Amino acid sequence: MDFTLSKEHEMARALFKEFAEKEVKPLAQEVDETEVFPRETVEKMAKLGFLGIPVPKEYGGQGCDPLTYAMCVEELSKVCGTTGVIVSAHTSLCCDPIMTYGTEEQKQKYLVPLAKGEKLGAFGLTEPGAGTDAQGQQTKAVLDGEEWVLNGSKCFITNGKEADVYVIFAITGTVEKRGRLQKEISAFIVEKGTPGFTFGTKEKKMGIRGSSTYELIFTDCRIPKENLLGQQGKGFNIAMHTLDGGRIGIASQALGLAEGALETTIEYVKERKQFGRAIGAFQNTQFQLADMATKVEAAQLLVYKAAMAKATQKVYSVEAAKAKLYAAEVAMEVTTKAVQLHGGYGYIREYDVERMMRDAKITEIYEGTSEVQRMVISGALLK
Amino acid sequence: MNLEEYKGVYVFAQQVDNEISSIAFELLGKAKDLAKDLSTDVTAVLIGSGIKGLADQLAEYGADKVIVVDDPELKDYRTEPYAHALASVINQYKPEIMLVGATAIGRDLGPRVSARVATGLTADCTVLEIGDFPLQAVPGQEQLHNQLLMTRPAFGGNTIATIACPYNRPQMATVRAGVMQKITPIKGAKAVVEEFNPGFTPDNKYVEILDIVKSVAETVDIMDAKILVSGGRGVGSPENFKILEDLAEVLGGTVSCSRAVVDSGWKPKDLQVGQTGKTVRPNVYFAIGISGAIQHVAGMEESDIIVAINKDADAPIFDVADYGVVGDLNKIVPKLTEALKAEIAAAK
Amino acid sequence: MKIVVCIKQVPDTKGGVKFNPDGTLDRGAMLTIMNPDDKAGLEAALRLKDQYGAEVTVVTMGLPKAEEVLREAMAMGADKGVLVTDRVLGGADTWATSTTLAGAIRNLEYDLIITGRQAIDGDTAQVGPQISEHLDIPVISYAQNIKIEGDSVVVERQYEDRYHVVKAKMPCLITALSELNEPRYMTPGGIFDAYKQEITVWGRADLKDVDDANLGLKGSPTKIAKASDKVRKGAGEKVTLDPDESVSYIVDKLKVKHVI
Repeated sequence: MDFTLSKEHEMARALFKEFAEKEVKPLAQEVDETEVFPRETVEKMAKLGFLGIPVPKEYGGQGCDPLTYAMCVEELSKVCGTTGVIVSAHTSLCCDPIMTYGTEEQKQKYLVPLAKGEKLGAFGLTEPGAGTDAQGQQTKAVLDGEEWVLNGSKCFITNGKEADVYVIFAITGTVEKRGRLQKEISAFIVEKGTPGFTFGTKEKKMGIRGSSTYELIFTDCRIPKENLLGQQGKGFNIAMHTLDGGRIGIASQALGLAEGALETTIEYVKERKQFGRAIGAFQNTQFQLADMATKVEAAQLLVYKAAMAKATQKVYSVEAAKAKLYAAEVAMEVTTKAVQLHGGYGYIREYDVERMMRDAKITEIYEGTSEVQRMVISGALLK
Repeated sequence: MNLEEYKGVYVFAQQVDNEISSIAFELLGKAKDLAKDLSTDVTAVLIGSGIKGLADQLAEYGADKVIVVDDPELKDYRTEPYAHALASVINQYKPEIMLVGATAIGRDLGPRVSARVATGLTADCTVLEIGDFPLQAVPGQEQLHNQLLMTRPAFGGNTIATIACPYNRPQMATVRAGVMQKITPIKGAKAVVEEFNPGFTPDNKYVEILDIVKSVAETVDIMDAKILVSGGRGVGSPENFKILEDLAEVLGGTVSCSRAVVDSGWKPKDLQVGQTGKTVRPNVYFAIGISGAIQHVAGMEESDIIVAINKDADAPIFDVADYGVVGDLNKIVPKLTEALKAEIAAAK
Repeated sequence: MKIVVCIKQVPDTKGGVKFNPDGTLDRGAMLTIMNPDDKAGLEAALRLKDQYGAEVTVVTMGLPKAEEVLREAMAMGADKGVLVTDRVLGGADTWATSTTLAGAIRNLEYDLIITGRQAIDGDTAQVGPQISEHLDIPVISYAQNIKIEGDSVVVERQYEDRYHVVKAKMPCLITALSELNEPRYMTPGGIFDAYKQEITVWGRADLKDVDDANLGLKGSPTKIAKASDKVRKGAGEKVTLDPDESVSYIVDKLKVKHVI
C-alpha cells in the first residue's frame, strides 16, 4: 500500500492550489456577501478544463482520473465552498450521468460542450416532497408522439438558474415490484430555454451563498423523445449511481473546507497574542489543532480512497458514503473549532472561518444527508 | 592573461539624450575611494554621439581621465555598438576594475561586454571595497591582496554575498543606483580627455530602433512602491492625510493605510496594508499613527526600513520598527516634510 | 518558427521565505517554482506559437529534479524539453552557466531564444545577454510586446523612463520581464500528457563547442568570498524626543541609510 501521490497528481494539485489562491480566494468573501454567482471564475475554469476533468479527451474533457477531479474540488473549496460545489454539481451530477448512460449523439451534443465548459450542468432530482425519499417524486413525463411532456417542479437545485443543461428525473409510469405498485422513474436531458421550463424562487441560504440554488418549474415542457437519458424506467438506478459519484465530489468539498479552516487557524494562532503570548503556545490550542489535523487527514484518506474506487470499481456506493459521511462531519467539527479558536474574530465576517463554518453545514445535508449515508453503509454491512 | 597589465579604476559614464545619468557620478564617487586604496586613478568611459562636451562634468565629479568614444552609430543606446565600444576600450586600455551602473542599460551592456572580454561580472552590487581573497588566509591557497570585493543581495534581499574575481581582469561589477555617494563637484576640475574610436561596422547585431516612446509615470500600486507613507486611525481624519501625502511627495513615495482607515471610509481598500489588505515590501515604510496590530504587521514587516511615529509608547508597532519615535504625529510629520525638502534641495 | 526558451527552477521566495531558528534561510523548506521572468518568457513564446505557429523547446540547466519545471512548461504547452545536468557543471556563475546553455543551444535549431530577465534567487539578469554573446546573435533585453515581421522581431524594449521599439533580424535573443504578460495556467490533462513525453537529458559530453575551462565552479571567474543569510530583524530603536529633535533623528537615520 502506497500513500504517496504520483508526480502528476502533485503537479495537478499545485495547479488547483495556485488557481484557487490567485483567482478564487480574492472573491470568496464578496461572493458570499453579495450572493452573486461567480460567473467569471467559472469562465476561467472552463478555459483551463476544470469543468471536464474526468471526462475523456474525445468528449472534450481532460481525460484525468476521479482523484484529480476530487483534488480540484478540494483545493477550490479550501478557499471558497461556493466554487467547489459549482464544479462538483456540474461534473458529478451532469457530465457523469451523460457520460455513463448517454447515447453517442447525446454525448456529442451535450457532454462535449459541458466538458469544455461552454455549457454548465445541473441535476434535478429533489422535489418539495421527495428529498431523501426519492420515491416520493411527483414530476411526470408523458410521451406524446415524438416528445416527452414534463410537468412538475424540482427544488434546491444547485447551479439552478446558471446552468444550460439539466439532468431531470420524472415519473414515466408504474411498475409492479414484489407485488406492490411502484413509480417508474426515468431520466431526461432538458435544455435551458425550452418552452415550459421556468425558474421559481431563488433560495437564500446559510452558506455556499454564491451558488445559484433555484426551484425548477416544468409546465407542459416538451422535449424531444431522444432526450431520454438511459433506458426508460431506469431513472432511479441512474440517480443513485450518479449520487454515488456526487458524494465523492461533496466529500471533497467538505474536506477542502476543513483543510481551509485548519490552515487559516494555524496561521492565526501563531500570530494572535493573549496574556502576552501567542495563543498557539497554549496547550488547549495545541491539542485542539492536533485533533483537527488528525481528523482532516483521516477524511482525506477516505475521500481519496473513494475516488480511487470510482476509477477501478463498478460499484463504490459504500466507499463514497463513508467518505461523505466522515468528511462532512469533520468539516463541521473543524470549522466550528476554528471559529472558537479565533474567538471574537471568528464570529466576524471579515475572517474566513465564519464563512467556512456556514458553508460546511450543507455538506452534511445535500446529496444524501449523513443519515442517508449511514443507511447506505449499514445496509451493506447487514446485507 | 597577465593580471599585472591591468591598471586603473574605470567607470562606464552612462548618458542618455546627451545628459549624463546620475549613476555615472555615483560610480565616480566610489571609484575614487577604490582608486585611492589601490594608488591608481579614475577613468570615465563616455560613449555616445556628440558627447565630447560632457567630459568636464565627469572631471568635476572625480574623473582623472575621460576616454570618449564618439560616433554617430552610438546616438541612442543599442547593445551591439555600445558593447563593441566598451569591450574595445577594455581590450585597449586594460583596466583593473570596470564599474557599470545597474540600470536598464548597464544590466544589458555589462553582461554582453563581460562575456566578450571573458571575465566575471557581479550584478547589482551595493557595497564595493578593496580587500583580500580569500578573506582569511587558507593553508595551501595563495591569499591575493588588493582585490575588488563586491557585495550584493540575492534571493530577493534575503541573503547577502560577497564576490571576488581573483583570476580574471577586469574585475567587473554593475552597481545599484542610488547606493554610492557622489562627491561634491569640484568646479573647474579638468581631466585628461582621450578620444578613441574602434570603428563601427553595422551587422546583424546592430538592431534598428523604429521609435522611442518616453513614458509618463503612472499611479503606483502600493506593492511596487519603494517608499510608503502609511497612516492609521491615529491620523484622525481623512483631511489630515494631507500631511502624509505631502511627506510622500517629497520622498517620491506613495500613501497607504491600515484597515481601520479603510473601515472608516477614509481611504479606498486598494491602499490597505495587512492581512486582509496587501503585503508590501518597500525600502522605507513609515507607520504613522498605526498601532501595529498583528494583522497589519503581517503585511509590512518585510520592509527594509520601518520608521514608526506614534504617541503611544507601548504600541506594538515599535516591536518591528527600526526607528521608533514616540510623539505627536501632527507636530512631527509636517516638520519632517519641511526638513526633508530642505535636505533634498541641498543635495541637488 | 523554432523558439528555444531557457527556464530555471528556483526556490519560491514570494509569500513564505523560511528561516532556520538561527535566522538563516531554510532552503530545504522552501518550495520550488519556475522562475517568474522565465515563465513570462515561456508565455511569450506560447503566444507566438498560438499566433504564428512555432515549435517551442524549453531548456533548463540544473539538478535532475529540475525536470519538474520542464514538465510544467510542457503542461503549459511547450513541445519539447531539454535538461542539461552534470556534476561537472555545478557551482557555475553566470559566465559558466551561459557558456553551458550556449553549448546546449548550439545543438538545437532556433529562430528565437527567449530567457527571463533574471532569476529570483540570483537576481543577476546576466545569463540571457551572455548567451547571446556566446552565440553571436543580437540581444534585446527587457522586452515587452513581441511581434514577428517576416524574418525579424519587433519588440518594445523597456528603459526606466521610456521604451524603444526595436527591430532585430532573427536569430535573436530576447529577455522577458515578468510584467510582460500573465502566464497561462497548465491544464490538468496537459499535466498528465507532459509526464508521458520523453525529456532529452544532456551532460557535459553533449555540449557543443565549449571548453572545460569555462564550465562549472572551476570555470567560473567570480568566486564567492562570503555568503550570509540576512538575519530577520526584531525591534530597533525607540526614542522619545521633542518634535524638532524627532525630525532630526529621522532625517539622520534616512541619511545614514542613503534614503536621501
